[in-house]
Amino acid sequence: MPEWFIPFLLSVVTASTPFVFAGIGELVVEKSGVLNLGVEGMMIVGAVSAFAVGVTTGSGALAVLTGAFAGAAMALIFGVLTLYLLSNQVATGLALTLFGLGLSALMGHGMVGKTFAGLPHLEFPLLEQIPVIGPLIGTLLLGHDVLVYFSVVLMIAVGWFLNKSRAGMVLRAVGENHNAAHSIGYPVNLVRLLAVLFGGAMAGLGGAYLSLVHTPLWVENMTAGRGWIALALVVFASWRPARVFVGAYLFGGLTIMQLHAQGLGIEIPPQVLAMAPYLATILVLVIISRDSALIRLNAPACLGKSFHATG
Amino acid sequence: MTAPRLELKGVTKRYPGVVANNNVDLTVMPGEIHALLGENGAGKSTLVKFIYGVQRADAGWMKWEGREVEIPNPKAARDLGIGMVFQHFSLFDAMTVEENIALGISAELAKGDLNSRIKEISASYGLLLDPDRYVHTLSVGERQRIEVVRCLLQSPKLLIMDEPTSVLTPQEVEELFKTLRRLSGEGVSILYISHKLQEIKELCHTATIMRMGEVVDDCDPAEETARSMAEMMMGKNLVSPERPEGIETGAPQLVVRNLDMESSDHHGVDLHGISFEVRSGEILGIAGIAGNGQTELMDVLSGEVLVDDDDSIIIGDKTVGGAGPVERRAAGMSFVPEERLGHGAVAEMTLWENAFLSGATRKDLLKSGFIQINKSSKYASEIVEQFKVKTPGVLNAANSLSGGNLQKFIFGREILQDPSVIVVLQPTWGVDAGSAAAIRQSLLDLAADGAAVLVISQDLEELFEVADRIAVICEGRLSKSWPPDEITVDEIGLLMAGIEVDPAGAAHDSEAGGHAA
Ligand SMILES: Nc1ncnc2c1ncn2[C@@H]1O[C@H](COP(=O)(O)OP(=O)(O)OP(=O)(O)O)[C@@H](O)[C@H]1O
Ligand SMILES: [Mg+2]
Repeated sequence: MPEWFIPFLLSVVTASTPFVFAGIGELVVEKSGVLNLGVEGMMIVGAVSAFAVGVTTGSGALAVLTGAFAGAAMALIFGVLTLYLLSNQVATGLALTLFGLGLSALMGHGMVGKTFAGLPHLEFPLLEQIPVIGPLIGTLLLGHDVLVYFSVVLMIAVGWFLNKSRAGMVLRAVGENHNAAHSIGYPVNLVRLLAVLFGGAMAGLGGAYLSLVHTPLWVENMTAGRGWIALALVVFASWRPARVFVGAYLFGGLTIMQLHAQGLGIEIPPQVLAMAPYLATILVLVIISRDSALIRLNAPACLGKSFHATG
Repeated sequence: MTAPRLELKGVTKRYPGVVANNNVDLTVMPGEIHALLGENGAGKSTLVKFIYGVQRADAGWMKWEGREVEIPNPKAARDLGIGMVFQHFSLFDAMTVEENIALGISAELAKGDLNSRIKEISASYGLLLDPDRYVHTLSVGERQRIEVVRCLLQSPKLLIMDEPTSVLTPQEVEELFKTLRRLSGEGVSILYISHKLQEIKELCHTATIMRMGEVVDDCDPAEETARSMAEMMMGKNLVSPERPEGIETGAPQLVVRNLDMESSDHHGVDLHGISFEVRSGEILGIAGIAGNGQTELMDVLSGEVLVDDDDSIIIGDKTVGGAGPVERRAAGMSFVPEERLGHGAVAEMTLWENAFLSGATRKDLLKSGFIQINKSSKYASEIVEQFKVKTPGVLNAANSLSGGNLQKFIFGREILQDPSVIVVLQPTWGVDAGSAAAIRQSLLDLAADGAAVLVISQDLEELFEVADRIAVICEGRLSKSWPPDEITVDEIGLLMAGIEVDPAGAAHDSEAGGHAA
């Protein structure tokens, strides 16, 4: 086993985790029938807020919470505008991204160059001394920071929530047919607002993970399109949490390969790797579109449509 | 005297341009089956939506068992013991029957083994339902059952049914009525909306008649005739459709030969060797219980689903098996599908846009690629006028029309395109007696003008009234066809249920019926 192997895998995990958070958050939003294209903006505001709090207080937990909270605050703007003031979801989402990028640059102005110590990892020194499998189990399975485990829990919990709980069923119902949900008596826009807030918090968390763990420093525009990948991921995964998770690791792996390929002198143009997630998404879209039943069962039918109760 | 279960006083509801309810009073007693009658757009659905808390009224109040109550949302209504079957289904296509039912009842009720309770109740009331199927795979009739079962599960004190039987078969209606009578005997009040006046006579204890948003009369249905009730609703005389005399049937306009189609959906019905022809000037009726291949047949005839064998469908002298809807329209075919919203019309678009969408080519509404808005609006206004569609104007969205009015609009849109072949599925579903008569009359007139008309319907009365020949579809196979005077309603009923009968007169058109199962 080459010595770079374990660090390589570890870096894949850190690169993928933000996608898991942002992707699963957006999945819940879209299942409720809302298309929020502002993931990138919510992520970066989460990243800068978390980093600022982390650097000033030194507390990882506080930093992570701030990131999630900041993402949710951004989502609240989006939610109020689209759900209650009935603005167009696509345009508002794009505006949110632009707004977030600008706001984060402003907020992060004084923090360029500072670094953050990172989140604590679990460590098992004894375990790691066992040859061969020791480091594998010790670092790869048990040696991550808390958020990595949380991302796994999140995937399972969201999967359970959507398919097994009544609240999740209501959420899907609202995304599927908002008129029917309204006439049965569900508060369509409230359900959507909650979903949007959750999506924002998760995007913020993904951003926080970037600036606290992945590259523990603040650089302007540091999300570098990850929010868009997360959006693509949801479609790629045909709105299933477990697939979002797998897709996140696939796309995370690609971004790391991009770095290592250059280091190893492999001649793949970086642009090709950079566009791979989007190409993959288009490919998946083409494949699932061929089976209309698949689309019908998975894509929320009211995605992107505003709801306004008459009377 | 006992207190009324429900009492409404002075309920008024305005929509932009219409007063849907004007100072409506209504009293429903415990155990009473109370009919609410009125033409399309009279305001029946609006009134019951107020009772169920879906919509607020602008004025008026409501008493429940003697107490004044306010029902802000459907959940509050359900808590009081009010259940409702909606006219336009409140169902979720991408979810299972069980999930749909769970969503419509309270959380406590949905707990536990809902699946087997659904099976139980659907069996005991004869409303067959498989809880694990996805709604989008079900026929309209089956969807209606979900709504009914959903209500029954809640053991309500007042059951509101907004046209629950419009797509049920006679047997299903009979089963439902048994249920309703049983419920009424147990003290449940039922507020029943239907355009099938014969049913009202059979079932209801009393009837309130609405016209243009106001209550105009009360009556005892048992002492009225269907005709007299229709006339009370309309405020004028009912003109029954009349078959024009001495029509010559001409050359076959629509020929279907050995049509096989495997449904893309594994719960759908496959079509097997369907063959028939419709001549110009002739009306062929196809009877059948919902979910026996009618929707699939409509899909292949309209070109939404293509077949491999181009020769299996011929319009006039064109083979169109592999041609899409636009080409078929160009060949002179028109269709009126079953689902009005989403299939027959785009719900959010205005009436003139909907008119344009289907009439663009044959009404010449395009000029070098640009929509001729004036011409399209004029066409839409013409439809509204000729077919007496109640709407403030053609700038209104299709979904603001009452159910029956939208049907009239879609119908008018197709008929005014002078089709040489027209295929209609459930043409008078949810249409009031007066308008149903008008629609049937226009089908007869269309045939008299030389069109070939195919009517696929569950309503046997309707088929006997308009069709020159009647065939039956059962499990994707089409029977021979018989002129209405050579077959009885009972025989058709048996055929619909899949039981072989041999009416005295064999099919006149032996070729057309040659592939009977
Ligand atoms: N959401 C809405 N916006 C505007 N107008 C509406 C709306 N809903 C109903 N209307 C209008 O209110 C009137 C009453 O409609 P309603 O649906 O109550 O009729 P209905 O008696 O149930 O008719 P049908 O038998 O055809 O179902 C109609 O003129 C209809 O166009
Ligand atoms: Mg109605």
